[in-house]
Amino acid sequence: MELIVCVKQVPDPEAPPASFKVDTATNKVVPPPGVPPVISTFDETAVEAALKIKDAKGGKITVVSLGNNLVRDVVKKPLAMGADQLILLEDPAYENSDSWSTAYALSMAIKKIGSFDIIFCGRQAADWDSGQVGLGIAELLGIPSVTLAKKVESVDGKVRVERIVPDGFEVIESPTPCLITVTNELGEPRYAPLKGIMKAAKIQPVVWKPQDIGVDPSQIGASGRRTKLVKLFQPVKEGKCEMVEGENAADAAVKLALRLREAKVL
Amino acid sequence: MADYKGVLVCGEAIEGKLAGITAEMLGGGRKLADKLGEGLAVVLLGSGVKGLAAEAIACGADKVYAVDDAVLKDYQTDAYVMAMENVVSQVAPRIVLMGQTSMGRDLAPRLAFRLKTALSMDCIELDIDPQSKQLIQTRPVYGGNARAIFTTESLPQMATVRAKAMSPLPRDDSRKGEVVDTTAGVDASKIRAKFVQKVKEEVAGVKLEEAPAVIAGGRGLGGPDGFKQLEELARLLKGAIGATRPAIDNGWVPTSIQVGLTGKIVAPELYIAIALSGSSQHMAGCSGSKTIVAINKDPEANIFREARFGIVADWKQALPPFTKKVQELLKE
Ligand SMILES: Cc1cc2nc3c(=O)[nH]c(=O)nc-3n(C[C@H](O)[C@H](O)[C@H](O)COP(=O)(O)OP(=O)(O)OC[C@H]3O[C@@H](n4cnc5c(N)ncnc54)[C@H](O)[C@@H]3O)c2cc1C
Repeated sequence: MELIVCVKQVPDPEAPPASFKVDTATNKVVPPPGVPPVISTFDETAVEAALKIKDAKGGKITVVSLGNNLVRDVVKKPLAMGADQLILLEDPAYENSDSWSTAYALSMAIKKIGSFDIIFCGRQAADWDSGQVGLGIAELLGIPSVTLAKKVESVDGKVRVERIVPDGFEVIESPTPCLITVTNELGEPRYAPLKGIMKAAKIQPVVWKPQDIGVDPSQIGASGRRTKLVKLFQPVKEGKCEMVEGENAADAAVKLALRLREAKVL
Repeated sequence: MADYKGVLVCGEAIEGKLAGITAEMLGGGRKLADKLGEGLAVVLLGSGVKGLAAEAIACGADKVYAVDDAVLKDYQTDAYVMAMENVVSQVAPRIVLMGQTSMGRDLAPRLAFRLKTALSMDCIELDIDPQSKQLIQTRPVYGGNARAIFTTESLPQMATVRAKAMSPLPRDDSRKGEVVDTTAGVDASKIRAKFVQKVKEEVAGVKLEEAPAVIAGGRGLGGPDGFKQLEELARLLKGAIGATRPAIDNGWVPTSIQVGLTGKIVAPELYIAIALSGSSQHMAGCSGSKTIVAINKDPEANIFREARFGIVADWKQALPPFTKKVQELLKE
């Protein structure tokens, strides 16, 4: 099977909320110093989904990442996990993309890759939390899509997906080629074994500039945006936490219950 | 170019009733339509949905497009995108709203790309710029650490709306509206990814989204046994049990009780957060709660920046006496 996974490098979403800063003058997030970026969580799960198919059916996994200043050790992680090839769409012209310009550039890169059976994406990226790019790629390529997958199997030339819904899951069957977005319920991404890390170190990523994938320059990065970011800000937290104290944990717990009663919360 | 006017809400039904999120969007959409001086319509897609038209009108809609067709019985991306594309070209709305639900998350982006228009997902506030008449779209980003305000030029302007972010109007059965039967225009041979079946994973007890109290546990509970110990408190408060993502990823509790950005959105009277750190992604699902109470052993935990009341304690020592005291107090 020919498998493609789209991954995004993002500021670590699990960094403590207190370290999160916005530069309101430029409407940009200031990455916390000393915290390296990561591959967006659900994209790592997407890599895992592709690896599971490869384990079962064999095949080749090509990882594509769009951005600028991509940290090699970060974007190479899927290779260390077991993917075969890494293509970076890396250029200042891709900066400040929105869902539209990202999906457009990725779809053009995938056209250049040519044949594939399944494209995997994370359900949403951990920075803008939009969840549009996967579906945008599918629409631009004119292929079917299934979102929020917790299980993906290739059965009789079709893809069988379990899709999470609030009260359980749906079973969906799609012909290939198709695009699947995955959710964390698929399972923890595997650790990169030492052998994988050594193999990844030797693989040179392929870098495709805008001219390599034949994009219309007015449709990528900031110029291709269809959404205008008017303002980025941190919501102010009113409210202060009233800390209830006691001689020990049990005493504090009893006093908490009494305080909640007094405040008519109970 | 068509003259785009009015607000169109894409409605959803749950178990034969208008979904809560649809009533909320009709409430929010009514305000937008009134600011524009234009109409508020709702489209109901499905099989046997026409019966919900009266309820939608009572909730604020001026017009109901009923697309009642057996081909729309179960949600299937291709069918719904085709049907919505037809409805949008017929209605030419200025604004299209959908719920941030499993349908909206799937349908809205694909439809937006089909219509070559922009979309903002998971909005918590929508307003109209009085001068430009543009839709001002506010949405949490970076897992809830920040908010972004967007505007878009292409029409229709599209947004999905987070559950419980907008208030429904008080139901008014004397309201008048028009019901327009609309054909789906779906060519069934063009449905590629097909719905096969649904597997329900019901959780016993009070429904999480409707519970007056939610007792939520995190990674610090250490395993399924920790969650078992929340049950007594939940029972006393007639509440439901919620969880953070690590508890789900570790298989301690069913996926359906995850609270947060990528789980359920709850807004109970009382939210008791036990041994969870209060990550922005988790708070995205519960920050609308009336009172948040935290039990955590780490005085620096972020949950204490979010909670109204808290104690610094090991839950193993604090939970049993807390539960017992709550029981005594409720008996009085
Ligand atoms: C894009 C994205 C989406 C996400 N969506 C969600 C979501 O929808 N919902 C969600 O919950 N998470 C979500 N997450 C994950 C989120 O970032 C956090 O990792 C998660 O919420 C942390 O869960 P936790 O608080 O249980 O664990 P931790 O952060 O590990 O916190 C455990 C807490 O328990 C306390 N503790 C430990 N032992 C004890 C004890 N004995 N007594 C008292 N306290 C104790 C510790 O002090 C600590 O504060 C998402 C992440 C990303 C990147």
